[in-house]
Amino acid sequence: MNSVGEACTELKREYDQCFNRWFAEKFLKGDRSGDPCTESFRKYQRCVQKAIKEKDIPIDGVEFMGPNKDKPES
Amino acid sequence: MVKYFCCAGLLKNTWDQVCIAFWQRYPNPYSNHVLTEDIIFREVTPTNCLISRRLLTKTSRAPRWMERYLPKHMASSAYIIEDSIVDPQKRTMTTFTWNISHARLMSVEERCKYRINPENGSWTEMKREAWISSNVYGLSRAIQLRLDVF
Repeated sequence: MNSVGEACTELKREYDQCFNRWFAEKFLKGDRSGDPCTESFRKYQRCVQKAIKEKDIPIDGVEFMGPNKDKPES
Repeated sequence: MVKYFCCAGLLKNTWDQVCIAFWQRYPNPYSNHVLTEDIIFREVTPTNCLISRRLLTKTSRAPRWMERYLPKHMASSAYIIEDSIVDPQKRTMTTFTWNISHARLMSVEERCKYRINPENGSWTEMKREAWISSNVYGLSRAIQLRLDVF
């Protein structure tokens, strides 16, 4: 799958590979021994956040699960 | 005018498998309209939950019945944000997805909750809710009529 920043796709793939392994083998199994993906995440984020700014994608100030605040609990 | 839609489903996979697959969801044969996918925020909270934000861009092809309500030259890409919380202690995942472009035209918000099926621990229960609204004259009524068909 491509990144919104064309130059970031390779960094995204590297990060995704690291994350998927950590998620399945550590996180879901309750292993809290630390995240091996911080470096690849940092590199990927630096690239993708820059692409988002360049493309003027309106993600600023969008609160986490913002629109969920006014919805009733199900 | 907000139209509310709700459904429940059963996935014959374990909750773990569903969560793992969730992050590897794209591309798939049913998602040719999804052009890009990026994680733009992610953190493990102090309570050991994984919170993430995913940005998707999709081709913005309106269904034909909607085209008559839309401006002639619309942006061809739509931006969608999907926020999620994975709680490995409670074995639940909640996602909330909404469009951040074209929102004045039509707003689609969807909340999904995944948990272990209480009757069969190898299966996952999914509850899905959507809120759809539009301020465009005529479009909101057309949406209402279309959804009533379901």
